[in-house]
Amino acid sequence: MKVLVAMSGGVDSSVAAALLQQAGHTVVGATMKLWGGESDSGCCSVADVEDARRVAQQLGIAHHVFNFTDDFDRHVVASYVAEHAAGRTPNPCVACNRHLKFDRFLRRATQLGFDAIATGHHARVGAAGGRWRLLRGADAAKDQSYVLYMLDQAQLARTLLPVGDLTKAAVRAQAAALGLRTAAKPDSQDVCFITRAGREVFLGDRIPLHPGRLVDEATGQDRGKVAALELVTVGQRRGLTDHAGGERRYALNVDLAAATVTVGTLDRLMDDRLSLVQVSWVDSAVPAGTTVLVQMSAHGRPVPAVYAGAGALEFADPIRRVAPGQSVVLYDGDAVLGGGIAAGGEAVG
Amino acid sequence: MAAYLDHAATTPLRPEAAAAMLPWLTERFGNPSGSHAVARAARTAIDEARDVAAAALGVDPGGVIFTGGGTEGDNLAIAGVLARRPGPVVCSAVEHHAVLHAAAATPESRVVPVLPDGTVDLDALSDALDDTVSVVSVMLANNEVGTIQPLAAISRLVRRRAPHAVLHTDAVQAFPWLDVAQLGQPADLIAVSGHKFGGPQGVGVLAVRNGVALRPIIHGGGQERDRRSGTHNVAGIVGLAAAMQATVATRERTVARARAQRDRLADALLHEIPDTTETGDRSVKVAGNCHLCIEGIESEALLVLLDDAGVYASAGSACASGALDPSHVLLAMGVDRRRALGSLRLSLGHTTTDDDIDLARKAVPDAVAQLR
Repeated sequence: MKVLVAMSGGVDSSVAAALLQQAGHTVVGATMKLWGGESDSGCCSVADVEDARRVAQQLGIAHHVFNFTDDFDRHVVASYVAEHAAGRTPNPCVACNRHLKFDRFLRRATQLGFDAIATGHHARVGAAGGRWRLLRGADAAKDQSYVLYMLDQAQLARTLLPVGDLTKAAVRAQAAALGLRTAAKPDSQDVCFITRAGREVFLGDRIPLHPGRLVDEATGQDRGKVAALELVTVGQRRGLTDHAGGERRYALNVDLAAATVTVGTLDRLMDDRLSLVQVSWVDSAVPAGTTVLVQMSAHGRPVPAVYAGAGALEFADPIRRVAPGQSVVLYDGDAVLGGGIAAGGEAVG
Repeated sequence: MAAYLDHAATTPLRPEAAAAMLPWLTERFGNPSGSHAVARAARTAIDEARDVAAAALGVDPGGVIFTGGGTEGDNLAIAGVLARRPGPVVCSAVEHHAVLHAAAATPESRVVPVLPDGTVDLDALSDALDDTVSVVSVMLANNEVGTIQPLAAISRLVRRRAPHAVLHTDAVQAFPWLDVAQLGQPADLIAVSGHKFGGPQGVGVLAVRNGVALRPIIHGGGQERDRRSGTHNVAGIVGLAAAMQATVATRERTVARARAQRDRLADALLHEIPDTTETGDRSVKVAGNCHLCIEGIESEALLVLLDDAGVYASAGSACASGALDPSHVLLAMGVDRRRALGSLRLSLGHTTTDDDIDLARKAVPDAVAQLR
């Protein structure tokens, strides 16, 4: 097969390229330039592109750089900002996978005559009964199936995830054995386009941040203020608790129009229902009444729930309320069934 | 089969340059700044090269400053003059980044728009000029689209409206195609780069006339009459001079051949690829430039397919990571962003053959068809 490997300059995609080459595929590497602004996490930096290029040189494969900064701005950064402005807590990595890696990049690869693309994600693509399945990676601690839940049959048919069968340690060992310069490179952390200056500075440069009042859910009492409503995440505890003793308080709801954050105790944060929007399925939709495992954050513990249809989940044991905008992924064992976005917040125009 | 059509990026070393350099990479050596026989021999080689460069650029030998290339020449021209005589820097919107960014690094720069054919808007230039202006920088020929600027008319405006200004021209792309010694006469400073005309990479000339004083941007041993310090790149300078001589001696023939090849290529591609436009006006372009905007495709993808097909071309200018940025030249010429995304530069040179043209005539329409 002719495979275009998305090489970020990290160790996983370096090894992905090497493994595909060893398996006899015709491999070409490409690095997406996504973020044109400041970055200190290293993502999309010239140094990363150089690492990818040097690995490609070492493997003796061609390497290209694709400038997708406009698409990234529009689909990931602008949407990240708009979601926060609407009081939601988005997951930009999911947006990037949805719009960049498995759309823009995949379309580019198809245009160029490639049979498939590959990435360095820790997840597995399986086939059963003529259908494609998306499975958790072999390394439970590094599993990235959560951020890939939006993949459908057509995308999975043309996607290879070569390191999904390996533990991270095995990936690093492979890289070291091959003498790849990325063997000991640290894993990427956090949101690639947010600098050390932080989310507040990033958002503050782009949208007005509004102060708000903290209102006690039980008593209606004023519990203080927050500097920026747009930075409060439902479920957040930090900065919301009275220091004069008292019980820990959590953000239960953010109301931008009223400029208030409702706060309350942990038991008031718990809920046994969760409603999803923009639901997508890896294969066909699961029937209402199916019991599924639900993962509510990148490395969260999956908990059982019944899918009640139309994006509704009902939990046997109450869960902490999920911040609107967060991705919620449904599993059957190790297999991703699909997922969606936690509902709530305000409409984005 | 392969067709190298990226001569505006770099063109192969001329055999004359290789032959002239070889002794200086092997048995001959010496620091031209020394006083003994070995050093004097190296000094002689540099001074002979200086005479060649002076003749090719139409300046006195004392006006030849050997540099590390075109970018250094442009930077020295702007920063070197400005340090002597502070004031606004005026340049065209289609300059190479070496000029645009050097100008932007000064306290005040004024960027002058261009007309749709890529030539400077003389009315706007006139408005940008006044007697406080320190440097005016307008390229002789553009690197992306090949447009030749009316330097004589620009010079007349500058002399009248900004009498204290120094006129610099980036002639890096012009030298292979145009008689810079003659067309560059109106300029006080002229920058060229060796590897664009068959010399080695990493060496260039900033030619100075009319006694324009420059403050160095590289400090040290005071070489090049205190204008550019650093031990001379003897092999590079000797190679540059040999390539200059060969270029000047064969320029008319090369231009005639390349113009015919370019016209044949551009006409064929315009005919065979629907919704394609040629950028600029051939009557004011250098002979080796074929620039097209192809609707409905992206340059990045096109270049990958052409690469596979053995046609080596380019589009826009690459940034540090190697990603293509939307061309500031096309945007300045008023090409809409959507069309600018599908730009393609096929640049011919002294080694271009009819077979190269034939290969490109077939490969480009095929690649476009695959992408559309």
